[in-house]
Amino acid sequence: MTILVWIDHHRGTVQPASWEAVGKARALAGDDKVVAVVMGQGVDDVAQQAIHYGADATYLYDDAVYAEFRYEPYTAAMKDAVSENDPALVLFPATTRGRDFSAFFACSADLGLAPDAQDVRFEDGKVVAKRPVYSGNMIATVEVKTTPAVVSLRPRTQPMPEADASRAGEVVRKGALMSEDEIPTKVEKFEEKEQGEVSLTDARIIVSGGRGVKGPEGFEPIRELAKVLGAAVGASRAAVDAGWISYDHQVGQTGKTVRPDVYIACGISGAIQHQAGMRESKIIVAINKDPEAPIFQIANYGIVDDLFKIVPALTEEAKKRLGK
Amino acid sequence: MKYIVCLKQTPDTAELPKITPEQALKGNEGVTKVMNPWDEYAVEEGIRLKERFGGETVAMSVGPDEVDEALKSAIAMGCDRAVRLWDEAFADSDYWSMALILAKGIEKDGGADIVLTGKMSVDGNAGAVAHGIACKLGVSLLTQVAKIVEVGDGKITVERLLDEGRETVTAPLPAVISVVKEINEPRYPTFIRIRKASRAQIPVFSAADLGIDPAQVGAAAARVTWTNLVKPEPKKREVVIIEGDTPEEKARKLLEYLIDVEKVL
Ligand SMILES: Cc1cc2nc3c(=O)[nH]c(=O)nc-3n(C[C@H](O)[C@H](O)[C@H](O)COP(=O)(O)OP(=O)(O)OC[C@H]3O[C@@H](n4cnc5c(N)ncnc54)[C@H](O)[C@@H]3O)c2cc1C
Ligand SMILES: Nc1ncnc2c1ncn2[C@@H]1O[C@H](COP(=O)(O)O)[C@@H](O)[C@H]1O
Repeated sequence: MTILVWIDHHRGTVQPASWEAVGKARALAGDDKVVAVVMGQGVDDVAQQAIHYGADATYLYDDAVYAEFRYEPYTAAMKDAVSENDPALVLFPATTRGRDFSAFFACSADLGLAPDAQDVRFEDGKVVAKRPVYSGNMIATVEVKTTPAVVSLRPRTQPMPEADASRAGEVVRKGALMSEDEIPTKVEKFEEKEQGEVSLTDARIIVSGGRGVKGPEGFEPIRELAKVLGAAVGASRAAVDAGWISYDHQVGQTGKTVRPDVYIACGISGAIQHQAGMRESKIIVAINKDPEAPIFQIANYGIVDDLFKIVPALTEEAKKRLGK
Repeated sequence: MKYIVCLKQTPDTAELPKITPEQALKGNEGVTKVMNPWDEYAVEEGIRLKERFGGETVAMSVGPDEVDEALKSAIAMGCDRAVRLWDEAFADSDYWSMALILAKGIEKDGGADIVLTGKMSVDGNAGAVAHGIACKLGVSLLTQVAKIVEVGDGKITVERLLDEGRETVTAPLPAVISVVKEINEPRYPTFIRIRKASRAQIPVFSAADLGIDPAQVGAAAARVTWTNLVKPEPKKREVVIIEGDTPEEKARKLLEYLIDVEKVL
């Protein structure tokens, strides 16, 4: 029972959830084969890393047509990898690109899809996945009736495997299956996000600000604390809608779903739509002036006080304790 | 130019926690239903496209009678008309059957230059139907769209929001565009438009009207089945309120918990 795992990277920088998916595949496959699938240009390094993280082999589709993610060439390559390996399961990390690609690929190959699963297993030869639905208010167990099954795995739901540089495996090199002329979609430009920001979905620690931070400058103390902790910066919709911080920081129902080890909510009341995006955090800390704020009902630790006093104090104390 | 916005009616997000698994499985959640919040951005963008480039904007949804309410709110926002697709055979369709129904509905309506969808539904959380529609129609797919830069010459140029930054992409029309919240600020309906919407006649097309073999859709054709549905285990969280005389003392105590007890920092 071979398992294929698609590795999500952008210009060679791999989204860590890809390795979590390789780890999961390794655990499920036992003595059977785990084959990583990498598409890109000049990404031999990614192909090798996949083996270090647990794949037995990597199918590497390396060509200029794969330099940027596009549905047409990527789908053609994935179909090729599937037809050569005859897998029982095709796993994707449920990153933004992973979710998009798995859906388009699954539909074009007419395969059953379980998106954004928090777990997957084989049961009597069938692929069964557990996935949150109703915005995290229910957990569905779904059985995929096609072979292969397509499943995307939510980031940070699986343990991160250790890379072992001594692991060896075959890299099967493949080139372009379509010429550039046959690909109607053209990427014109790419503007990178501000450097040095930790991505919300992979973050182990998140410091978030809400309406309580009162303005764009109110995010400064939040950012300083995040920097000292090596954390990502999150926000409530109220703060995003007010224009204090950009939408890609929004956590919740209509923002990102995160599950860090620690989520520090500063000046966030904890509306149900905010909770939908962060309830699964391991430890929740609430800093809020209002002891009645609903956030305290889901928090592990709470400080009832002014965030403008507490957050800078935390930054200073953290510098001392963490030796920074 | 013609734009079709695919929208779903979903439970009001504030009511999601009240829904029981039994209600959800029956497909009758017993709570207030509204237009899927993500789809408001698609409707708004459909109206803006008409304002920018001219043409007609049509709202389309798959669902029973009650879904007319969501379609009427799309008309109240500014869509020219609405179409509903429904047949008992459509119940419990999986994503690809749902996409097939919508693709057939779009063809039945004479096709579209641009099909708009939301990012995902707040009940099913699949984020897959848009991809399915593009696949079934065999047209371009652009997802995570945060800006429509230009439409013309049979092409569309958009900005897509990636985890790593912003990408500008051009693709030929027709295209399916799935939008993110950043793209716009949905408008409120005016009184006059609400009146217009309340009088709107919404045609309904069945499987036979759309030329869909009932065996291609519904539960029996589903490539994925839900075998169980439960409420998540309530996380037993007993909040520890940290007391202290000064902010420094509170900060120090909190860090002690996080570093020494929970070992998460
Ligand atoms: C369809 C829909 C989708 C939504 N999606 C999302 C989503 O994705 N994400 C999201 O977050 N929300 C979402 N919302 C909005 C949500 O309902 C709330 O309105 C929002 O989360 C409130 O943000 P907030 O907690 O920052 O603001 P508020 O609710 O106004 O809370 C501010 C808090 O700050 C505290 N405060 C004020 N000053 C201080 C201070 N100096 N020190 C400490 N505490 C202070 C106050 O006591 C208060 O509790 C959605 C709503 C709808 C209807
Ligand atoms: N029943 C439906 N009728 C019309 N559009 C739908 C329907 N279901 C999903 N969609 C569209 O597809 C998008 C993604 O939904 P989903 O894949 O269910 O998360 C939604 O935001 C809608 O735009």
